Amino acid sequence: MILNDIQTILPEMLLAIYAMLALIGVVYTGKDKLTGPLTWVTAAIMALFALWIGTGGESATAFNGMFVSDAFARFAKVAILIAAAAILVAGAEPMARRGLDRFEYPILITLATVGMMIMVSAGDLMSLYMGLELQSLALYVVAAMNRDSLKSTEAGMKYFVLGALSSGLLLYGASLVYGYAGTTVFSGIIAAATDGELALGLLIGLVFVMAGLAFKISAVPFHMWTPDVYEGSPTPVTAFFATAPKLAAMGLFARVLFDAFGTAVSDWQQVITILAVLSMFLGAIAAIGQTNIKRLMAYSSIAHMGFALLGLAAGTEYGVQAMLVYMSIYLTMNVGAFAFIMSMERGGKPVTEIAALNQFAKSEPLKALAMLVLLFSLAGVPPMVGFFGKLYVLNAAVQSGLTWLAVAGVVASVIGAFYYLRIVYYMYFGSSEETVETPMSPGAWVMLMGSAAIMVLGIINLFGIEGAAAAAAQALVN
Amino acid sequence: MNNLLSIITFLPLVAAAILALFLRGDDPAAQRNAKWLALAATVATFLISLGVLFGFDPSDTGFQMVEEGSWLMGLTYKMGVDGISVLFVMLTTFLMPITIAACWNVTTRVKEYMIAFLVLETLMLGVFMALDLVLFYVFFEAGLIPMFLIIGIWGGKDRIYAAFKFFLYTFLGSVLMLVAMVYMYTEAGTTDIPTLMNHAFGSETFRLLGIQIMGGAQTLLFLAFFASFAVKMPMWPFHTWLPDAHVQAPTAGSVVLAAILLKLGGYGFLRFSLPMFPVGAHELTTFILWISVIAIVYTSFVALVQKDMKKLIAYSSVAHMGYVTAGIFAANQQGVDGAIFQMLSHGFISGALFLCVGVIYDRMHTREIDAYGGLVNRMPAYALVFMFFTMANVGLPGTSGFVGEFLTLVGMFQANTWVALVATTGVILSAAYALWLYRRVVMGELIKESLKAITDMTAREKWIFAPLIAMTLLLGVYPSLVLDIIGPSVENLLNQYHAALPAADAAMDVATASQ
Repeated sequence: MILNDIQTILPEMLLAIYAMLALIGVVYTGKDKLTGPLTWVTAAIMALFALWIGTGGESATAFNGMFVSDAFARFAKVAILIAAAAILVAGAEPMARRGLDRFEYPILITLATVGMMIMVSAGDLMSLYMGLELQSLALYVVAAMNRDSLKSTEAGMKYFVLGALSSGLLLYGASLVYGYAGTTVFSGIIAAATDGELALGLLIGLVFVMAGLAFKISAVPFHMWTPDVYEGSPTPVTAFFATAPKLAAMGLFARVLFDAFGTAVSDWQQVITILAVLSMFLGAIAAIGQTNIKRLMAYSSIAHMGFALLGLAAGTEYGVQAMLVYMSIYLTMNVGAFAFIMSMERGGKPVTEIAALNQFAKSEPLKALAMLVLLFSLAGVPPMVGFFGKLYVLNAAVQSGLTWLAVAGVVASVIGAFYYLRIVYYMYFGSSEETVETPMSPGAWVMLMGSAAIMVLGIINLFGIEGAAAAAAQALVN
Repeated sequence: MNNLLSIITFLPLVAAAILALFLRGDDPAAQRNAKWLALAATVATFLISLGVLFGFDPSDTGFQMVEEGSWLMGLTYKMGVDGISVLFVMLTTFLMPITIAACWNVTTRVKEYMIAFLVLETLMLGVFMALDLVLFYVFFEAGLIPMFLIIGIWGGKDRIYAAFKFFLYTFLGSVLMLVAMVYMYTEAGTTDIPTLMNHAFGSETFRLLGIQIMGGAQTLLFLAFFASFAVKMPMWPFHTWLPDAHVQAPTAGSVVLAAILLKLGGYGFLRFSLPMFPVGAHELTTFILWISVIAIVYTSFVALVQKDMKKLIAYSSVAHMGYVTAGIFAANQQGVDGAIFQMLSHGFISGALFLCVGVIYDRMHTREIDAYGGLVNRMPAYALVFMFFTMANVGLPGTSGFVGEFLTLVGMFQANTWVALVATTGVILSAAYALWLYRRVVMGELIKESLKAITDMTAREKWIFAPLIAMTLLLGVYPSLVLDIIGPSVENLLNQYHAALPAADAAMDVATASQ
């Protein structure tokens, strides 16, 4: 019995053991001198785990339903591991160049990844909270990685205080749900909620849990922390924030909504709808005035989360599939875009002003072209793959009769197109001749070019992620 | 050769990829290579596309040379041509070598410039051949990216504003169409265009937010597509992006914009609006006819007062597109035949007019009408070519401009006499602005010092105009060349359109009776 449980949770356990052994080993030997090799080893191990989880096909639950390993969890874990590994590879050299090559960084990222893997596998309010906190605590620390920078420590502090508040909301909601359902296991909650008429306490608990999770995916109106944390954290850390944790939180969101409250779709659908509309519009409008590319990417990610929520708002299996496809595309685009942003510097100092990209296309035509592809993809302009992500979620929304939501979404995407075009404008049409330098390690270069190539070539068949996403959605919803 | 259409579509893209990947450097030799490769690719595309024209059977009203393959999301990659689209394909492949030849003097970022045009050609051809809703949308919308860059990088002084306006304006129109497409997919369960043409979308009147919607879902779908095509066309009052884009775009960009990109709107009306939403189209016919004639008259007056040559021709394009929309929504054989004819003819004539402006802009670097005068004294060949296309623009019998205008007016007259009456005044107004422009630029004494040394057209420039003159004359004296090809398909389209109307009317009567 216990052996089966351990077998189900084996990847998470091994990764956690690896993190702790690495910590002990590095502390007693070379410390920061070993950061470089450690980063690469960690990335390689994550890639191997992604391969392992991706090829393993057994669905099982462990610890009396607390931990679920199904197609949905596997899909999300593979995406999380690949994104985390990619960010580690792309960020290794920029971190070293800024003197931030601390050995804690890859280890904390690994621990956060373990937390995220538990999140998407959560089958119980307890494991949900455990995974979420493991992830969050590790991320609070990496946000403040640059200890000598006022902005970085401020980012870590802000993230921590607001994160703690949201965790409080979530816990309060969870306790209400427990009180009214009499159990913390999702399968028990869904049994208590089957009546169709949700008990008032359960409903309030659900809303609090959703508020806590909306904070983690930075959906409006719980987005306030995002621009500041994105701006203040070292750029490779920002890149991490913008990718894997977003997918993990979105996966957890889907888990709670469908596994625990799948019979009360109409009750949470309206909340998700409002979160989606507000996020899409605020993300699109607030980004217009930004001059800092990291803040701009923060608002961009808020808008993208709004679109992904569109898929959840549909409340159907197809909607979940759409959300997963959308998030996978989003991760790929952001890895590439951030690989570029981390390399921006002038005279050895990191630059984050958008205006610094003036006439960048003249000095580095290939990198500019890759960014052009990624930006149009982020804006959702065909033929880039970003468009198909949008098409997926719009399709899901219309199929569920939420045509008005789809109309709102496309209008927001037009507004949003403006600020992506503004970056293109600086790179291609700008006037000043003084431009940024973008020295890149081969790893970062591969990430940038690779994700741009995926955005173009994916038009043929999206690299087959549709089938996997469909299987994942089916495992979750049924 | 059962994938001829794909070969034509993607040949320019392959050439663009070769340019992007293998051509290094920006020295004159590399620039020359880029130009020759682009020219060779476009000429090859044109020659291969002749195979489509000769292999096309006009008597078959269905889609021909169809290719089909599965694609992501359960969509299909489906290409094909019918009598309506085949000539637009030919127009595109015919004009692209001319466009490339017209930018021979460009010296900044030549390689990228050629890549942009080659990619644009692929996308435009794809629009005319796509037989899947989403495939159509992808081609239709992707064209914005190269055009945005062409205007933004190689454009005039206010190019940034024009590029943004162009992109966002057309993007907003198109995304509403996207939602309509998604709705159609959900409703009909397919994105196959031929199947959707035979699908009757709901046309029962319903109330939405307290507003009675006559024609129901069809009217809403029609309006969503209208938002996109009317902007693209452009129809008054959605035309304001066009003069800006035209003025700022480089010459070759203006040519492509006027000659081909504007036709995407008219093509869209014929491919989607009329066959798929006949009831919705019928509900709004009167409205569209009237805004079309407002476009003809109003923009003609606006053209009359322009000080910039390109702007004048841009407004003249809007006026001429007014004939096209009026012809399409007159929904009879002459009207639709005339609309297609007018679009093809306008492709040659407006393209040539923008090239005419380009010729003197290359020499004097100004488009101000006041900066010119008396060019006939130093540029006799130019004066002749410019006069020919001015007359064709006015619609002189013997040129293709006349046939298009006349047929659409006949069509309009049958549909709504008053509309035809007002539209006819546009013929007079177009003569006024076009001839006045010609008089101010070309006629009179050459008194301006700056013009004393201006040179006449080079051999290259003459050769660029030769095929355009030939086509304008040929279609002017022998219009059957076009009408025989489009006729059967148009007839089939109109039969289906009119057949769908009484059925829907009867359904509506039943609905009202049962209330």
